[in-house]
Amino acid sequence: MNIKILGTGCARCRALSKAVREITDQMQADITIEEVKDMKQILEYPILSTPGLVIDEQLVYHGQVPKKEEIEKLIASALKKQE
Amino acid sequence: MEFFLQVLKGGLDALLEYLSLHVLTCLVPAFFIAGAIAIFISQTAVLKYFGPGAKKLLSYSIASVSGAILAVCSCTVLPLFGGIYKRGAGLGPAIAFLYSAPAINILAIVYSARLLGYDLGVGRAIGAILSSIIIGLIMAAIYRRDKSQKDAAAFDILTADTESKSPQQQLVFFIILVGILISAASGQWIVIGILLAALSIILWRWFATDELKQWMIETGRFVRMIIPWLLVGVFAAGILRAAIPESIVAGVVGGNSLQANFIASFLGSIMYFATLTEVPIVRAFLDLGMGKGPALALLLAGPALSLPNMLVIRSIMGTRKTLTYITLVIVMATISGYIFGLIAQ
Repeated sequence: MNIKILGTGCARCRALSKAVREITDQMQADITIEEVKDMKQILEYPILSTPGLVIDEQLVYHGQVPKKEEIEKLIASALKKQE
Repeated sequence: MEFFLQVLKGGLDALLEYLSLHVLTCLVPAFFIAGAIAIFISQTAVLKYFGPGAKKLLSYSIASVSGAILAVCSCTVLPLFGGIYKRGAGLGPAIAFLYSAPAINILAIVYSARLLGYDLGVGRAIGAILSSIIIGLIMAAIYRRDKSQKDAAAFDILTADTESKSPQQQLVFFIILVGILISAASGQWIVIGILLAALSIILWRWFATDELKQWMIETGRFVRMIIPWLLVGVFAAGILRAAIPESIVAGVVGGNSLQANFIASFLGSIMYFATLTEVPIVRAFLDLGMGKGPALALLLAGPALSLPNMLVIRSIMGTRKTLTYITLVIVMATISGYIFGLIAQ
């Protein structure tokens, strides 16, 4: 599974990145995390405000840092889809 | 060597004066409001007016004022600009939003009014709102053949409502917060007491503990993001004040000639200001004899045009449009400064 965090490096983007890493570190799944900082690439996704969370090329959350449980749920449902 | 030390001392003096005069305390309520805006305001309600199907008049008007609640830092301004330009209402409204946003966020208005006087604070907000519409309309007219990929369905998904407080609740909440801000600025302690009591009832009845925690975290984030740069800006302003002779400033950007306004506007366009640092810098120039008109020109052009922002904007809309935008901003800032200088005299 591939997770992308969209954001040019603002405080909220870093917070999201940290939260995602904390969650995935505890998971056994094969997950790659990528931070997309280039605005042009960010705008390839249908996004209006950063940070954005992209799981397997699907924008699943944007504009705010989601709660931890919410990130866990998003990742879990994406993993289920893969199976 | 002696000159160097003197200049350094100017910077330190400015810093100390700031910290002892509690100039920054006026920003405390503003930081809480900025945090609340980021967490509680439903941005989607506003974003609807930026959709490809929105009425033109409405999108321009909303674009020119919505920076107040949508954009407290450039990390929200640029993606929104890109989104409106590429998928929404198009170039004109996107440009209007881009230009006015740095001037009309709550921190900028409060701080400008406190440090530069209410006339410049209000002038900055009004100047930004009016010229943003004009610049947007001109850009849209020049590049009218250039159509954005209007994808109404995609835009609707983006603005789909997320859960939040009802509009009435949001309104009451913000009226109280802004009320506290205004009465704190004018020293009405009884009013503040009443408003604070009202606020605590609202917080207790409408908000979950978790939401309050998020609010505080967000407020803390803004403080950490802005205050260090602001102190650097104050220090730099002190250095400027000690290093530049008054005669030069008064000679070049004193008074209110078109030339003085143009020079201030042009200088602003090549200087880079971190959020809010433009305010102490302009204060320093005012102390050295800059006219009020040129001060407004610098305030308008400075934060709207910075090199890092321009690079991103260029990657979104191309070199030619970016150059047109820069030219328009410099011209409009010059004109706004000139008109303001005439009124303020």
